[in-house]
Amino acid sequence: MYPKDLKYDREHEWVRVEGDLAVIGISHFAQDQLGEVVYVDLPSAGDDVSAGDAFGEVESVKSVSELFTPVSGEIVDVNTALDDAPETVNQDPYGDGWMIKVRMSDAAEVDGLMSAEEYEAFIAEEA
Amino acid sequence: MSLELRETPLRAEHEALGGRMVDFAGWLMPVQYAGIIEEHNAVRSGVGIFDVCHMAEFRFFGFEAKAALDRIVANDLDRIDTVGDALYTVMCDEDGGIIDDLIVYHTGDLEYLIVANASNHDTDWDWICSHLPDEVEASDESERTALIAVQGPHALRVVAELAADGWEPPARFSIGEAMLDGVATLVARTGYTGEDGVEIFCHTSKAVQIWRTLLSFPEVVPCGLGARDTLRLEMGYPLYGSDMDRGVDPISAGLGWTIPRAKTGYIGESAIARVREAGPARKLVGLTVEGGIPRHGYAVLHDGAEVGKVASGTFSPTLSQGIATAYVPATLAEPGAVLNVEIRRKTVAATVTKPPFVKDTSLSAVRS
Repeated sequence: MYPKDLKYDREHEWVRVEGDLAVIGISHFAQDQLGEVVYVDLPSAGDDVSAGDAFGEVESVKSVSELFTPVSGEIVDVNTALDDAPETVNQDPYGDGWMIKVRMSDAAEVDGLMSAEEYEAFIAEEA
Repeated sequence: MSLELRETPLRAEHEALGGRMVDFAGWLMPVQYAGIIEEHNAVRSGVGIFDVCHMAEFRFFGFEAKAALDRIVANDLDRIDTVGDALYTVMCDEDGGIIDDLIVYHTGDLEYLIVANASNHDTDWDWICSHLPDEVEASDESERTALIAVQGPHALRVVAELAADGWEPPARFSIGEAMLDGVATLVARTGYTGEDGVEIFCHTSKAVQIWRTLLSFPEVVPCGLGARDTLRLEMGYPLYGSDMDRGVDPISAGLGWTIPRAKTGYIGESAIARVREAGPARKLVGLTVEGGIPRHGYAVLHDGAEVGKVASGTFSPTLSQGIATAYVPATLAEPGAVLNVEIRRKTVAATVTKPPFVKDTSLSAVRS
């Protein structure tokens, strides 16, 4: 449910580091809370973001949630496949459900995020 | 979780099924189990069941019952002269403001059963009783009455399995007695989904049994309030509190079809006649929305200016797009007119659409 090779933030995003890129999506807990995702509103590649910025929205029938980037940098890739298949976020949140890739301006920001264990403890308190 | 929330007899069943429970009109109700879209699709293609035990049931009896109720509701009870017939109506105040929408069932020669919205239980009961002559017996049967809706193209087939051999379901918009699974029930062929199906009334002590027996059929899917809302909005069925309230008359709300022009002698008559005469200034319209989900309160624009707000809005699982209702100036209320809806930071196109948004349901097949 919470892959150990990823880092997590308090807004339920995960980060997978690939070289100087941070691949970002939402966790299993987040997609489960949302229910069936029907729209994912993502930015354009080329936008600059700072850690904590809202970069988009994910919607289910009953709720809307903002998406926050855990790291700063330039958005270099956006998963446009989610336009036609938003339910991928529910089906494969850590794989094909990825949302954006950020070329990190400060790779050390990732160190401040939670490990899988810490994240599991965090959501156990939230629920 | 508030300890003041009321519970239906099926509360433990919902929790055992993994239902996500929320406060609805002061009741602890399931908003979804497997998921709103999955449940919605189950009703459109198979059979879904809904706990609607929270709704109000009032029974009226006496020689004067029909005349008294006919003064209180805006539709014409002559339309349900035959015992067993049912009628959808609104109930208005002297200013023509809608107090609630209801279904009136003609359950006996001198007897009527009214089913009303849970959110208006107390208001409706007080209002009706204050307008009844002493000769009419009135009974609030809600606490001992359970109500389970069974809806979908396969609903009647499943319900027939619970009945004795040779049982025939009531005709559309009719009610009749039935022994289901050995339990005495009233079965009404009504519903809020746009599919064929029934609503089963039984004593609260039997609700769990009926619910579990229905669920023993593998094709039966438990459905929550989330799917109930997407299903009814696809059909353009109004929801009190969202599409209409005390501040709007039935003509503006698109419910003039429930008030025959020849009907007289009911509360709100003159106010409603004035609106009919002048034509409503604003009308409730349906909107099909591109590129986002319209939600209650979002601004509706025309030529950049706000002309209204979304009343009801959701994602239509059948159409895979947003649908909504909104009150707009009558001049803009023409099907095909293109307006806009502000969905948080973006503005999307919204086309005025005459409901139902979804046609060709199992119910439209029954009617034709």
